[in-house]
Amino acid sequence: MTATRDKFGRPIVVVTGMGVVTSLGAGKTDNWTKLTAGESGIRTITRFPTDGLKTTMAGTIDFIPVEPFSSTVLSERLADVAVEEAVAQSGIGSKGDFPGPLFLAVAPIELEWEPRNELARATGLTSGIDYDALLKASGSGHFTGLHRRFLFGSVADHLTETFGTKGSPISLSTACASGATAIQLGVEAIRRGETDAALCVATDGSVNAEALIRFSLLSALSTNNDPPQAAVRPFSKNRDGFVMAEGAGALVLESLESATARGAKVLGVVAGCGELADSFHRTRSSPDGKPIIGCVKNALSDAGMSTDQIDYINAHGTGTPENDKMEYTGISSVFGERAQQIPVSSNKSMVGHTLSAAGAVEAVFSLLTLEHQRIPPTINYDVPDPAIPFDVVPNKARDARVAAVMSNSFGFGGQNASLILTREPV
Amino acid sequence: MADTSAEHPSSIGREAWITGIGLATSLGEGLDSHWDALNSKTVNVDETTFAPHVVHPMTKLTFDAQIPKKGDQRQMEAWQRIGTYAAGLALDSAGIKGNSDILSRTDMIVAAGGGERDLAVDSAVINASIQGNAAPALLNERLMNDLRPTLFLAQLSNLLAGNVSIVHGVTGSSRTFMGEEAAGVDAARIALARIAAGQSDIALVGAAQNSERKEMLMLYEFGNFNLKNKFAPVWERDNGFALGAGGVFLVIESKEHAQARGAKPYAKLSRVVADHARRKAAGDVTTSLDGLWSKLGPVGPNAAIITGTTGAAPVTGEERAFIEKHRDLPVRASGTPFGLALAALSISRGALFPPNDKTGVEIEMAKPPSQIVVVGAGHWRGEGMALVEAV
Repeated sequence: MTATRDKFGRPIVVVTGMGVVTSLGAGKTDNWTKLTAGESGIRTITRFPTDGLKTTMAGTIDFIPVEPFSSTVLSERLADVAVEEAVAQSGIGSKGDFPGPLFLAVAPIELEWEPRNELARATGLTSGIDYDALLKASGSGHFTGLHRRFLFGSVADHLTETFGTKGSPISLSTACASGATAIQLGVEAIRRGETDAALCVATDGSVNAEALIRFSLLSALSTNNDPPQAAVRPFSKNRDGFVMAEGAGALVLESLESATARGAKVLGVVAGCGELADSFHRTRSSPDGKPIIGCVKNALSDAGMSTDQIDYINAHGTGTPENDKMEYTGISSVFGERAQQIPVSSNKSMVGHTLSAAGAVEAVFSLLTLEHQRIPPTINYDVPDPAIPFDVVPNKARDARVAAVMSNSFGFGGQNASLILTREPV
Repeated sequence: MADTSAEHPSSIGREAWITGIGLATSLGEGLDSHWDALNSKTVNVDETTFAPHVVHPMTKLTFDAQIPKKGDQRQMEAWQRIGTYAAGLALDSAGIKGNSDILSRTDMIVAAGGGERDLAVDSAVINASIQGNAAPALLNERLMNDLRPTLFLAQLSNLLAGNVSIVHGVTGSSRTFMGEEAAGVDAARIALARIAAGQSDIALVGAAQNSERKEMLMLYEFGNFNLKNKFAPVWERDNGFALGAGGVFLVIESKEHAQARGAKPYAKLSRVVADHARRKAAGDVTTSLDGLWSKLGPVGPNAAIITGTTGAAPVTGEERAFIEKHRDLPVRASGTPFGLALAALSISRGALFPPNDKTGVEIEMAKPPSQIVVVGAGHWRGEGMALVEAV
């Protein structure tokens, strides 16, 4: 009889289903094949005109068409694809009846330009259109669908009604750490004994002109437009920013006890979660690295593990000058000399930064790393940064014995979250 | 459909106290001004600025009192300033403002909106487009040139929490829930569940909303939800809500943690439960609320109900049908989602504020309430309920 509680007496939380979609493709098989082949999903943007923009590439998902384009609709479709794959793999519940709550990481939703222009046309005016005119046109009864579509909770409402999750679905944002936070909320609920299962989903379909411009104005994006595949250069000396990308990740979490009882295949264990907020700056990490250090330490202590038990770090690794430097500062402070030996790679070098989805997408890739005992590379690593002496698994995937992975996510607004994923209960 | 947090009553462990309340709304700022306004049946409405839409306008705040750096104020839009201000009031009220030892362990959950837009930039783009000047680069050019770079940070939902971290030093953790009315319920629900289970000792939970925004009114106007022309109490409305302004934050902590630092409770937060009715058939919301009520535990004769009912149809009617089943308990419609704060305030003052309603739904309560059930049914989705009790 296997123990179903961890060393702290809490229910052990395992993963029994996973789904993923990124600019590399839909599904785990396609993604894993391309990820370990070092392929990039970054391409020149064709979805909208890029005239006058400094950044003209992104990890867009164009193989799931949305006409007319809407980031909210794409986010919802991506989530559907990932959840279907995850739920099917886990075999949990029955169709449309998932036996637990939904935790959804999703980008903040707001009215987009296409419907805003449609409203403008509905005013009947050809000049002097202001928000008073738009507001007046809004109430005609012709735009009821826009209320349903652009409520913050609309994607979660759709998922909960499609997949039959239980209770009040939670839509959350911790910026670029959102996916990890969704998983953490699920882990906590199972540990509290509230539920035997949780559906943790993160999705982002944000590549539209305005979102790209907003990040561009903050000087956060890479401008290495040509060739686009070489744009994301995590940990390289010539890195110049992150690349926006789309994707979704979904995980079915269950208590080990429940998974065992129904004979489900266990794909991995969420052994620990850590978080800590940074009060230094809205977009920058504290220069002393303390919040990142504290976050990583919190994850280790939550798992009851030490640094020498971690075999691989799935880095946040955005490719911005600031993030990668601070990530090294934080990791090296916690891991000491081992920071230069332990493999640390960035999936974002290939799939770009999937923003709200990144934490969950990278958790799926971390679990696939555990399953295949193979570490995906950091591509575009041609000019090492001497200030970041990580073993970044440069350019080629590597076979390795991996029993435990740390996956880190950091975001604007002082958000830091770390997950520890293992093959077996620790 | 079942709420998962209450299905295992045995998991409800440690007692949680509300030890700090920060309130800044259309009724004023701070607890005394709210108590006075409620007792004098004050309602602050603006029927003209956004006519025909009716809103509850924000009280003018002197932001310097809680956000001392002008640079910080400039980095925020109104909803973030209101929330950061109210969070400061809550920390003051709990006696932990500036206590970096406690603040570095304080877990924050914020229920957020976001997306305050630059209306002038939007209008310029729209007018250029409609006149046929929609060269491919137009949108790009206008946005690249006209958007303030920092506006993005003022729009991002999680940046209210981010600003609370920066201004007040709350850094234990920072989570932002989105999703209209349900987000506030879930923020309190998760904070309580974590404290009860020993996953957290102390939490700062809250929300902020700026009602005086045309793009916000637009979203609800699409669905014909805005109250128009003239204000009326919620029980007298056919349909429609008046958007309310305000920031509301609570400090919630385990009894042990509060006692160890000598903090006095306003009230005990005993239960928070939530549900998501599909609302496909008439009566779904009433059934959902009945189900939540059954999970609260015993509700005695000295209880009252504070509801955040919106006035929107058809949900308000369904909520009223639920309330009719509890005719023996005095009911108050706060017209806001601030019910938890008002419940804790009422319990700490040993009185329920007077009714302000001619329809007879609200009745006087002479005795001090020992329990207050806070009820909320979102205008479109989400039902929640909480039990606040005297310690």
